[in-house]
Amino acid sequence: MNNHILEVNNLHVSFKTRNGEVPAVRGVNFSLKKGETLAIVGESGSGKSVTAKSIMQLLPKQNTMIPEGEIRYEGKDLLKFSKKEIQNIRGSDISMVFQDPMTSLNPTMKIGKQIMEGLSRHMKLTKKQARERAKEMLELVGIPNAEARLDAYPHQFSGGMRQRVVIAIALACNPKVLIADEPTTALDVTIQAQILRLMRGLQEKMDTAIVLITHDLGVVANMADRVAVMYAGEVVEQGTLDEIFYSPQHPYTLGLLRSMPNLDAPRTEPLIPIPGSPPDPATLGTGCPFAARCPYTMKVCHDFNPDYTAVSGTQAVRCWLQDERTPEEHVPEVIRKGRQTSEIAADQAAIDAAGGVPV
Amino acid sequence: MKRYLIQRFAYAVITLFIIVSATFLLMQLLPGTPYSNAEKLTESQRAILDAKYGLDKPVALQYLTYIGNLVQGDLGYSFQYQGRTVMSMIGDRIGPSALIGLQGLVFGTIIGLVLGIISALRHNTAIDYVSVTIAVLGMSIPSFVFAALLQYYIGVKLGWLPVALWENYQSTILPSLALSVTVIATVARFIRSEMLEVLGQDYVTTARAKGLNESGVIWKHVIRNALIPVVTMLGPLAVSIMTGTLVIEKIFGVPGLGEQFTLSILVLDYSVIMGITLLYSALFIFVVFVVDVLYGLLDPRIDLKGGSKA
Repeated sequence: MNNHILEVNNLHVSFKTRNGEVPAVRGVNFSLKKGETLAIVGESGSGKSVTAKSIMQLLPKQNTMIPEGEIRYEGKDLLKFSKKEIQNIRGSDISMVFQDPMTSLNPTMKIGKQIMEGLSRHMKLTKKQARERAKEMLELVGIPNAEARLDAYPHQFSGGMRQRVVIAIALACNPKVLIADEPTTALDVTIQAQILRLMRGLQEKMDTAIVLITHDLGVVANMADRVAVMYAGEVVEQGTLDEIFYSPQHPYTLGLLRSMPNLDAPRTEPLIPIPGSPPDPATLGTGCPFAARCPYTMKVCHDFNPDYTAVSGTQAVRCWLQDERTPEEHVPEVIRKGRQTSEIAADQAAIDAAGGVPV
Repeated sequence: MKRYLIQRFAYAVITLFIIVSATFLLMQLLPGTPYSNAEKLTESQRAILDAKYGLDKPVALQYLTYIGNLVQGDLGYSFQYQGRTVMSMIGDRIGPSALIGLQGLVFGTIIGLVLGIISALRHNTAIDYVSVTIAVLGMSIPSFVFAALLQYYIGVKLGWLPVALWENYQSTILPSLALSVTVIATVARFIRSEMLEVLGQDYVTTARAKGLNESGVIWKHVIRNALIPVVTMLGPLAVSIMTGTLVIEKIFGVPGLGEQFTLSILVLDYSVIMGITLLYSALFIFVVFVVDVLYGLLDPRIDLKGGSKA
């Protein structure tokens, strides 16, 4: 066994709809080490959330299909688990924080009870012990007057406080993997920073591995060790934080970074958007899904989907530009330059990081 | 809370006052008199009768007298039955209505809940379609059709239960069943849609993500939240069904309030019409109030303190 706590191999997820089967996730691979943070970034509809929910098997059974792939947790394939075994994993080994704290807590149940539920389910605690532990959790996530707040209802909390409660619920049983599905998207910026700081602090304390789903590159820069960029249900590029930010090799990653405001650049410089919109998963052809929007397309891109090319030991890209048969002069300079700087990127990044990428 | 109760009580009194006044006025507009064979009475005979019942006085004075008596808890005497108070007539008649109504309500609610919940949990399966069909049929087919079917098959063909008349407990079963059909249909449809809505909520996913088993998720998180709105619907339904329904009482020969009410309108028994209308309204207002208080207890988001405008 390797030292990966979570491994997703060639995962395919599709939904049954009236118009036939629609693939939402098409061959996703990634892995996660203990205590590490992997960010999965991508636009809406790129399959990030579906990937996250399929790890926990929280997608509706009736219309979801996982025709291929495996999700290995500590070496065992979760997709082969029985319903009961999955329920034992949920909340205790792997737990999840959801996007909208306003709706992810039961409005008619006291906060304390909502935290205690998982505790009595997994840790076989008595009511009194569970309550004590629930109180500790509230304190841990920074909710003042925890004892009294156990008996409060969700509507008596603000959005940021509720997200703290959701995090408390998720971490109550000391999970080894935390999947955070856009945990700060619904919060305002100052609260975002607090929640991120909280998650990082708890991660250090508990040595939890985090899968962070987001479309906010600022959050990624702040939290992630490694990054997987998703597009149209595929991971198009994967690498360490520095590799992705300083030497992106996929035109889509490059586009994402260029469309993000940069505090160092002069304010008059316009952002460069990626033209077009993501493809409809129901009508994807055989070619690269990004071909229609890519500024560097070649003939081959429209007909064949490229496979992974390893750029370094940690960075892999799915793009024809990386193929050795592609003439060197066709590869745009930014990508070529990125490739050369790949080795020194780490040092470079360390210096830049001191300046800090703003959250 | 106290302030809220007082406020609600005041509103209730005002509402009742308006209802009483409106009913009184509308009754005056009805053609005819409370006397049978009125056309055969001579002028002087009529004058004597009018004087006896106080109908010779101006409408305004009659109205004030009625209100005055009402405030003292006196609903007056029946025009139809010599010497009987409206109070005692209602007392005699409400028992059977309330009994079959209550039985129909309890039975219908239980069956409706079970049907609706199963239907929601097996959304878009054969079971769901069957129960939706039952609900739609129950809503759209009038209850007297079911009453007639029950009488024919269970009463006549099988001979298990009496076809009609009010003799022993057995006589209450068929009318209760006939009444329950509407309740089943209404409750099943309502809880089904509530359940489907709650099942799609994020907090249900949170509950699943905690590792709770499916029955724990359904019982603790889904059903409780789906039941809260059902309370709002059940209150008024209970009033309308327990205060007697004309058709069912007529078909099964139940000596209930619904039958009495229709009769009193036909013969213009003013004081009885007033009395029963008042009873309906008062019960309705009371139940709506109870539902509101109950809602505050069931749903922590609703706070009855501070006399809000809700």
